[in-house]
Amino acid sequence: MDETKPFVAVVESDARKAPLRVAFVTRRTSPQVRATGDAFVMTWPEGILRAAVAVEALAIVLVLLSLFADAPLEGLANPMQTPNPAKAPWYFLGLQELLHYFPPVVAGVLIPTLVIIALVIIPYFNVNIEAEGVWLHHTRKRLQIFSVAILALILFLLAFEVYAVLAPTLLIGACMLLAARQPVRASTIQRWLTSRPLSFWIMTWFLLTSSILTAIGTFFRGPGWSWVWPWRA
Amino acid sequence: MAKTVTGYWNGLRDTRVMQSIFRGAPGASSLHDALAVQGNVFLHLASVKIRRRSLAFRATWYLGTLTLATFLILVVTGVLLMLYYHPSVPQAYADMKDLQFVVSAGLFLRNLHRWSAHAMVLLVFAHMFKVFYRGAYRAPREFNWVIGVILLLVTLFLSYTGYLLPWDQLAFWAITVGSNLISAVPVLGAKIRFLMLGGNSVNANALLRFYVLHCVILPLAAILFIAIHFWRIRKDGGLHTGVQDTQAKESHG
Repeated sequence: MDETKPFVAVVESDARKAPLRVAFVTRRTSPQVRATGDAFVMTWPEGILRAAVAVEALAIVLVLLSLFADAPLEGLANPMQTPNPAKAPWYFLGLQELLHYFPPVVAGVLIPTLVIIALVIIPYFNVNIEAEGVWLHHTRKRLQIFSVAILALILFLLAFEVYAVLAPTLLIGACMLLAARQPVRASTIQRWLTSRPLSFWIMTWFLLTSSILTAIGTFFRGPGWSWVWPWRA
Repeated sequence: MAKTVTGYWNGLRDTRVMQSIFRGAPGASSLHDALAVQGNVFLHLASVKIRRRSLAFRATWYLGTLTLATFLILVVTGVLLMLYYHPSVPQAYADMKDLQFVVSAGLFLRNLHRWSAHAMVLLVFAHMFKVFYRGAYRAPREFNWVIGVILLLVTLFLSYTGYLLPWDQLAFWAITVGSNLISAVPVLGAKIRFLMLGGNSVNANALLRFYVLHCVILPLAAILFIAIHFWRIRKDGGLHTGVQDTQAKESHG
């Protein structure tokens, strides 16, 4: 590819909707127009009816589930008799699983607090606003920072033997390295990986890690929080 | 002559009674459709017009709508369950047995409440990740994302406080495990736990506190933040459509 111009400037005039549009078409994007203007429809009835259909469909699923599956009810609460294992509701089992590796201050207080703070500040950090692939600029420098960060994380997880978090960390790390490759003839998957921003990788790592921890806590933990296979229990 | 559904609808809408209820005027037009939204205390949180692209299933998977649906199911079934429930020990557990064996459709009511609660937690998480991957948290919608995080926490607390109410072994020990975690908070841990449980262990006081939180305080908080969440969608320029919209602040409402 010859390096004459980094972008093509296109001026489009559609005076009725928007007085003037200037589009900068960089080399990595297609000049193809994906959407012109925005077609609006009336909220009533178009939007409301669609929402009603969605609500109705979910209600049917939940009613059927409630007809055929009963909510659990065990014996009367007895403070003298501790079940083994005593489990929290499913959405807290990821945290309870972490409790197996870290002291309560870390697993029960520090990590949830950090997760909530991280979620709240997402829209206020530029790194999450930019939709650019993480490796598109300063590739060398970013690779160095990435290597140090992920090695530190891997060593930390190895030290505490948190293999349940180590596995998704290695997987995401490998995918990120794959994304850093920028071959001349890139496949569709390669291009998709390369165009992912940093926030995508962090959130996907969080989604994968919390799903795995929750699944392990829910299905794979038995008496004394020991490992059990759900199909042998 | 056979009347169409629309014909019947228009006839019904043009009656004096319907117009007095929905503040309408006779006739059908886009203006009437707009007034149907704007003149309705619940619907006026939404904008009058909506982008066609944001209605496509792939845009939202309707996860926010479905989350609201589970909340409404939970309010209805929850209020009905309250008619049969005493937040006292050990009557609470006896009420569970009554719901199962005595009350007509009592078991169904409890099942629907329980499964909808699980569905709501799941849907809130799914909604959050979908919004994130769409990039819909970007300006001008930053603060609506924050309200969403608050709603996530309210949902988790709602589900957690409801977990204790059946007063069976599952409930008692799940809350014991959770409240023990709170004591790990530096300095204030024991105090917060005492405040939450109304004592040093999960007992009748804890059941009453969880009942009040679950049936009054948290639902009111949820309704308040849901209202702000929906209103902000309109004020922030409608649903995000996946295309960077810098002029979205010029809202349609």
